[in-house]
Amino acid sequence: MDATTQRAPRPLGLLAELTHRCPLGCPYCSNPLALEGRSDELNTQTWARVFREAAALGVLQVHLSGGEPGARRDLVEITQAAHDAGLYTNLITSAVGITAATLGKLSDAGLDHVQISIQDNEPGTADHIAGYKGAYARKTALAAEVVRLKLPLTVNAVMHRANIEHVEDMVVLALKLGAKRVEIAHVQYYGWALKNRAQLMPTREQVDRAVKSVEALRLRHHGQIVIDAVVPDYYARFPKACVGGWGRRSLNVTPSGKVLPCHAAESIPSLTFWNVREHSLADIWDNSPAFLAFRGTDWMQEPCRTCPKREQDFGGCRCQAFALTGDARAADPVCHLSPHHARLAELAEAREDAAYDYRR
Amino acid sequence: MSISPDAKPKLPRGVRLLHNEAQGGWVLLAPERVFKADAIAVEIVKRCTGEATVNEIVDDLAKTFNAPRERIMTDVSAMIGGLVDKQLIEV
Repeated sequence: MDATTQRAPRPLGLLAELTHRCPLGCPYCSNPLALEGRSDELNTQTWARVFREAAALGVLQVHLSGGEPGARRDLVEITQAAHDAGLYTNLITSAVGITAATLGKLSDAGLDHVQISIQDNEPGTADHIAGYKGAYARKTALAAEVVRLKLPLTVNAVMHRANIEHVEDMVVLALKLGAKRVEIAHVQYYGWALKNRAQLMPTREQVDRAVKSVEALRLRHHGQIVIDAVVPDYYARFPKACVGGWGRRSLNVTPSGKVLPCHAAESIPSLTFWNVREHSLADIWDNSPAFLAFRGTDWMQEPCRTCPKREQDFGGCRCQAFALTGDARAADPVCHLSPHHARLAELAEAREDAAYDYRR
Repeated sequence: MSISPDAKPKLPRGVRLLHNEAQGGWVLLAPERVFKADAIAVEIVKRCTGEATVNEIVDDLAKTFNAPRERIMTDVSAMIGGLVDKQLIEV
């Protein structure tokens, strides 16, 4: 039972949620229902310490995210601190709130890579999904600035029923903007997104077409752009190895300093999270109850416990298992071996063309 | 791809060679990608500054490691060619 008898694996990536504040209102937001406020946010010095501790722990890449990280006035100082700690720095932004001047300063501070989310391939529908008028224009403008500074650009496209038919157009748009990489990320139903599941869920036919389309696009644009696709869960037969396995490859620090094994982990009420204000990152990684809870395979029950794939998918996503079965130790119902698997198809059928519940 | 001896290879923006003790040595980092770099790769990539030509890099390595130039040229060309294909080096 004791996961500490063996030395825990070293993490490679740190998701630094600098703030939960965000100008957009995306209905598929995967942040928790209750957001942390500005007054609880970690200050610049604490983030700098967290980055130094992360590098010492083995972290190589830091993802500066949110909310919208541009809402932090000290984003340049924070980026500089991450760079000085010896980390590869990746900015994950909506582009709203990052000016060309700020981007120049971030570039000088050692920023290595920029990821911009784009909600659709047309301004009207993109702004409608984001719940922010003029967002699309700001995104394409910032993308041009990223390319002008010769920073590598990734376009992140979150796909759902309203835009899933535009997969090809999104890849063409990413190419036109000069991106070297595009993420076709089907909505994951956690946090706020769960509220909008019926409005966002694509049909099986749409998903099948999108998957085929991505395969064809990969062949057509080989060498021009890397297309990474996150498979839509509800129509899959095997679960994803969520975050590469619990407490194995990555960790997440919330705006107020709580350290989570994955960014939806607070949806599991039985977990206890430690905070960087009280513990070092290494202590949290090795010893905090939340990280020990599902690290390795000892926590598993059937059908996972004896499954030959248990070291590959680690039983799938703990948050999804809890959300759909009420038991965080259950197999992710995405797995066809889960007794709850049939329920997923029922939930996916519960589509409704109602207005989005925007994150406000 | 095959690399001209006069080419001046360098790491593009967004690709960095980093040392991390806890991960056991040197790694080459690119957007969402991590490659472990062995001792030979490190010596080659460190010299890809955009100023030295492949010829000069090979000369330097032959001298530093007291090894036959021809063999080093073969190794360096193959490695840089492979890294160019992965967009980790530009020439």
